[in-house]
Amino acid sequence: MTKLTAAIVGPGNIGTDLMYKLLRGAAEGGSVEPRWMIGVDPSSEGLRLAAQQGLEASHEGVDWLLKQDELPDLIFEATSAYVHREYAPRYEEAGIRAVDLTPASVGPAVIPPVNGEEHVGAMNVNMITCGGQATIPMVAAVSRVAPVPYAEIVASVSSVSAGPGTRANIDEFTRTTAAGVERIGGAERGKAIIILNPAEPPMIMRDTIFCAVPPDADRDAIVQSVFAMEKAVQEYVPGYRLLQEPQVDEPSAATQGQVKVSIFVEVEGAGDYLPPYSGNLDIMTAAAAQVGDNIARAVLAGRKEA
Amino acid sequence: MTGTTQLNALARTWRDAHGGDLDLRLTDTCLRDGSHHKRHQFTAQEVHDIVEALDTSGVPVIEVTHGDGLGGSSFNYGFSRTPEQELIRIAAETAKTAKIAFLMLPGVGTKDDIRAAQDNGGQICRIATHCTEADVSIQHFGLARELGLETVGFLMMSHTQPPEVLARQARIMVDAGCQCVYVVDSAGALVMEQTADRVSAVVAEIGSQADVGFHGHENLGLGVANTVIAARAGATQIDGSVRRFGAGAGNTPLEAFIGVCDKLGWRTGVDFLQIVDASEDVIKPAMPEECQLDRMTLMMGYAGVYSSFLKHAGNAADRYGVSGAKILLEAGRRKLIGGQEDQLIDIALMLKAEQDKAAANA
Repeated sequence: MTKLTAAIVGPGNIGTDLMYKLLRGAAEGGSVEPRWMIGVDPSSEGLRLAAQQGLEASHEGVDWLLKQDELPDLIFEATSAYVHREYAPRYEEAGIRAVDLTPASVGPAVIPPVNGEEHVGAMNVNMITCGGQATIPMVAAVSRVAPVPYAEIVASVSSVSAGPGTRANIDEFTRTTAAGVERIGGAERGKAIIILNPAEPPMIMRDTIFCAVPPDADRDAIVQSVFAMEKAVQEYVPGYRLLQEPQVDEPSAATQGQVKVSIFVEVEGAGDYLPPYSGNLDIMTAAAAQVGDNIARAVLAGRKEA
Repeated sequence: MTGTTQLNALARTWRDAHGGDLDLRLTDTCLRDGSHHKRHQFTAQEVHDIVEALDTSGVPVIEVTHGDGLGGSSFNYGFSRTPEQELIRIAAETAKTAKIAFLMLPGVGTKDDIRAAQDNGGQICRIATHCTEADVSIQHFGLARELGLETVGFLMMSHTQPPEVLARQARIMVDAGCQCVYVVDSAGALVMEQTADRVSAVVAEIGSQADVGFHGHENLGLGVANTVIAARAGATQIDGSVRRFGAGAGNTPLEAFIGVCDKLGWRTGVDFLQIVDASEDVIKPAMPEECQLDRMTLMMGYAGVYSSFLKHAGNAADRYGVSGAKILLEAGRRKLIGGQEDQLIDIALMLKAEQDKAAANA
């Protein structure tokens, strides 16, 4: 057996896009094989597409999945934080590892190019938020070459790509993202801002990362580190790109005496299922597929040794 | 002259809905919208003096917060010189009769900020969203009402949407617990009939379930005119800033509107002579300069650009040696909305690249 089996719970936009990414990964020699798509609505488009792709699609929810003789090795949770908090203990009881795409924060947070290999043994890992996936790599790029007492990220996404979950609990986005900027990005203090822009045609996701660094920080090292991080993220999100060279503003009253590093990125989706402007959703599914694969490889390697 | 009576009639009054003797209830926003003009550098003393002067003149509501609402102190919007929660506390301690209001934008501030503002004496929670995104405010209205705060909803950039869209968005806010929905002309781009149509549509949608308000800007010089027509259409809560102290070309000059109300026989509870004195003696000294109707601010009204972009566009223009007016026009073309100040730097860099290329080819 060369792959771990996986179920996607939540056949909405995210779950469906993730399915296409996992199918592609499996075809290209990845370590995860998507086998189930689980929802609660029989008329779900995502369930229909999953069945079409040869997955076992059920609208009878996780309760149905957990009653099957064969259980998945991995569950990708693409429902809501509320649902995931409820079911996470049952996945663990059943020995199923979870990659959580909701902001439930049950398990440790993972950003592939920063700590992608750190929690491969955990039973539950969390993908933070779309804004976190797009910006925390850049905060880490700066903090690995200079101390970052404060970092702030501004995520602008098109209104149509912000789902009901994000809208109903926008505080969860800002809080979870800010915490990730600190814990994984390496900033002493983090702040996150999200803007939903209704422009038509929809705008491609844009993110700005501001980092405060001390006046004696090595500017060239910061800029080189940011370029290197752009390449690292592009390995799993090809549409991730810097819009401008990183900007360095010398200390002033407006920067509270710190050097201000400003980094501007755009995230264009791969268009697997979601339209390319929703880079915010694409970077979540791409990161989750990457993390799932990391976990699968680690588990498979462990089995081999055992 | 029956014609005059007709002209002066208000579709509804604050008094009808809430008792007391005010036809219109005014909110001064020098200490919130003016925070943009002041680059968020208010001192404790200035806030004390301004609140005291406004309160003594009879202004019933005074808004105090970072210009971009609770939690706005940041690289993106500018850091506050004095923490806003401290300013709210000073304002609440200073005001004898006025209520202190604060602003919050979901996505920038959080529920924790609302709780803190209440602890510091804030009584009216004003929650602002872009005028198509009202549903992001539902959780905050829920909390504010649960805490016993009075609530106001702000539909920002109202010029970008037709009246029926605003009405639907107003409904979302009211159903979430909002007690007054404001049509907010953030770009100072509405022309009178457009204001009246929007206010009327919101009034028609929410009826007596909530009040309707109007918040105007001066970027096309129409602050007072728009506000008069909004009141006639049924807006009973009115925003302005004494001496226009606000973003862009400034807000509706509150003292001028009060004078107009006196002439029309609309009761605001504010003493005109006192508020004019406050404008000269207290507000003016706190302003870095007067709010001006100039090339940049006219561009904002003309292109429909969020008024708070003014100083940030100016900064980016200076930093990169490009035209501030062009930055604003491009911001309008990109349909940027409130909060996207970071994108002005990207625009300036794009303009600089174009400029450098043209110079190289010359």
